Amino acid sequence: MTDNKIIYLDYQATTPTDPRVVEKMIPYFYEKFGNPHSRNHAVGWQAEEAVEESRKHIAKLINASSKDIIFTSGATEANNLALKGVMEFYGKQGKNHLIISSIEHKCVLSAAYNLEEKGFELIVLPVENNGAVNLEKLKNAIKPNTALVSIMAVNNEIGTIQPIKEIGAICRSNGVFFHTDAAQAVGKIPIDVEECNIDLMSISAHKMYGPMGIGALYVRRKPKVRVLAQIHGGGQERGLRSGTLPTPLCVGFGEAARLCLLEMSEESQRIANLSQRFRDGINKALPKVYLNGDGERRLPSNLNMSFAGVEGESLLMGLNKYIAVSSGSACTSASLESSYVLKAIGLEDELAHTSIRFGIGRFTTSQDIDVALEKIIATVQRLRAMSPIWEMMENGVDLKSIKWAEH
Amino acid sequence: MAYSNKVVDHYESPRNVGSLDEKDKNVGTSIVGAPACGDVMKLQIKVNKDGVIEDAKFKTFGCGTAIASSSLVTEILKGKTLEEASKVKNTDIAEELELPPVKIHCSVLAEEAVKAAIADYKSKKEA
Repeated sequence: MTDNKIIYLDYQATTPTDPRVVEKMIPYFYEKFGNPHSRNHAVGWQAEEAVEESRKHIAKLINASSKDIIFTSGATEANNLALKGVMEFYGKQGKNHLIISSIEHKCVLSAAYNLEEKGFELIVLPVENNGAVNLEKLKNAIKPNTALVSIMAVNNEIGTIQPIKEIGAICRSNGVFFHTDAAQAVGKIPIDVEECNIDLMSISAHKMYGPMGIGALYVRRKPKVRVLAQIHGGGQERGLRSGTLPTPLCVGFGEAARLCLLEMSEESQRIANLSQRFRDGINKALPKVYLNGDGERRLPSNLNMSFAGVEGESLLMGLNKYIAVSSGSACTSASLESSYVLKAIGLEDELAHTSIRFGIGRFTTSQDIDVALEKIIATVQRLRAMSPIWEMMENGVDLKSIKWAEH
Repeated sequence: MAYSNKVVDHYESPRNVGSLDEKDKNVGTSIVGAPACGDVMKLQIKVNKDGVIEDAKFKTFGCGTAIASSSLVTEILKGKTLEEASKVKNTDIAEELELPPVKIHCSVLAEEAVKAAIADYKSKKEA
């Protein structure tokens, strides 16, 4: 779908802005350019109206009230605001304990470690081999001074869907707030903040065919969640996030949300079919390929696979000319360390080094899948033919029986 | 990350991929690196009666740079005496392939592979 003929299979990193979204945004750059906080004239009112209309679309997508939507610059800011804002408020009342999972996005992990350095108490829950949080372990981790549990809705690297409804119920019955980083989930699967007892939720527009540079934090008002602002200024967004709202981005975000809600069931079925086509194509041609994460409780659009005997970076190098894919999260792909998420689900290091994430989305066609399969299969076969590890596996050598000189 | 043209060339058309008979007394074999680190190189040299390396083969599990480093090193080794081969330095490989600092370890591994293959050959001869 991209001009340069590279097949884009990295929808977890970002999604293209839907052309219908772009069209909606354009008038708000020039014709309707007003500051939505200008209360004195019609130019401002016009912008404000557009922003509030967008807020309604976003709220509707998650079954919230539009008053509960706080615009931010993206999910990273929303996550920081949720964790720091809640902990700093309730910490003063002695509730200074925070629980997260070990496979949270880097921004949740970093914000949590930052809080720990400032004296807050942090528990990082391990996950099961499918990437899901163990509910019993969560229950046991909650203490009288726990203020907040933050567990992502869908993991960005392996696509596992967390049991957020059950997590929400546990949190509510224990009087603990529940925050979920839903950047990879909203717009793709139905998320209902009432049904799941979600108190705070982070959303990113560019993961759901909206523009980059905008996201939101859902903050429940009933029962009220108190959050300390992290950015101070004119007191916009209920005082929780000062700064002039970027009207075109808000409009794009709103339109993206409207389209997601409208087309979700049809789109998810289409993507599930493409995902199955991809899995079948790989499995038919290549032995010893493993799907990471949960086989069933996952987003079909996210296929993280390990190709035994083939190092991931060399596989990417062979595919780069034809396909845009990633060896994990875009945030960490510059480092040579294998993924902390794959380690957390118990994947052995040698398999973690052989993993690639394929992301399917709105503009992926079945032809894209077929061309990608052809390139992937050829490259894996070529690299396996020159892999000493593959040779050993073929000859029945147990890799664990060898004393490797780790370097 | 952008790769140098030389790395891409070796990655796309690797020289001397394959295996030699490990049991042959004239073949020295080394396997260096570890799967857990994401790099394993297998290097084999076949030495003639004059002590000259007449053939070299490799198989590598690793990034494109690791593949290129081992491919290049097989080219360098062919026709060299064991004495000359033992002087191959990682910096020779790194310079030739224009490796960035984060990839220097690939050339280090290739040097280790050469030393270990020579050592294996010598120990077989002494046995």
